[in-house]
Amino acid sequence: MSPTDAWLQQVVAEARAAGDPGRLAAVIPYAQTMGISLRLAPDGPHAGELQGVMRFGEQLIGNPMLPALHGGALCALLESTAIFQLLWESAPPATPRTISLTVEYLRSGRPVDTFARGVPTRQGRRVTNVRVEAWQDDRARPIAVASAHLLVHSDEGPVKFEL
Amino acid sequence: MPDERLDAEELARLRELGQRFMRGVPHNKALGLELRAMSDARAELLLPYDPRLVGNPETGVLHGGAISALIDACCGAAVFQALQKPMAIATLDLRIDYLKPAAPGRAVIARAHCYKVTRHVAFVRGVAFLDSEDDPIATSAGTFMLGTRTTSRTEGAA
Repeated sequence: MSPTDAWLQQVVAEARAAGDPGRLAAVIPYAQTMGISLRLAPDGPHAGELQGVMRFGEQLIGNPMLPALHGGALCALLESTAIFQLLWESAPPATPRTISLTVEYLRSGRPVDTFARGVPTRQGRRVTNVRVEAWQDDRARPIAVASAHLLVHSDEGPVKFEL
Repeated sequence: MPDERLDAEELARLRELGQRFMRGVPHNKALGLELRAMSDARAELLLPYDPRLVGNPETGVLHGGAISALIDACCGAAVFQALQKPMAIATLDLRIDYLKPAAPGRAVIARAHCYKVTRHVAFVRGVAFLDSEDDPIATSAGTFMLGTRTTSRTEGAA
């Protein structure tokens, strides 16, 4: 495990300086392929919070009969949002790496834009836990929720084992 | 020879399933997933390396999301194999452990086994690896709902 990649640190710093988290998502090829971007919520009670956005595209469909989004596409949005959340708001000592991701699918994802919000629930020195919710039209009716454990520790420097 | 006929039938079935799997599911097609093998309650899929699926442009390592999608699709294919008759399924939950990053430039293979089917739910284990199942990139445990609706509703509850 290496410290936060220098190039990524620079992208985060520039994006923060510009107040534009979209720049962060723009450098990740997979996010581009999936139509995943980042925004600061424009208005309402959540104004200013970082949100992941997955623009609907036909390539995200997993069940063409309904149609419904592919479970893997929702996984991608939830996991990306968790990582972006840490990079954007907490400047982790190392580039977060997913240890485990548990996704619960609550409703089928309709063929429209999907939004996600990650909230770190426990930030340890080595591991951080982030809860992520994904919704479409109605934030009170999430279509999927996830819990992610992310490794944020750099092997450079001593490790003190403590609980 | 009955055995040869069965083999030919089996091959034709696999080919047909594979084509339906690719053509019928846009996201599988977008990822370039290839159905490599299917048998009783088991499936094997391959995700070709693709620069468009990279999570870290400096290292060229695939994004975890692409591995998740591969595993999710593979688990779903294993469930279809385990069912007595075709029916709609939907992922209920999926836990993925990432053991190590994928190697840049390498295709990733996933195998899944649907080891239990009940009236409403199927239980599936999965693994993703480069060379050997004994040296995995990721492992998974998931459950799928069986017999989910196949037509859309105006309100989106599964």
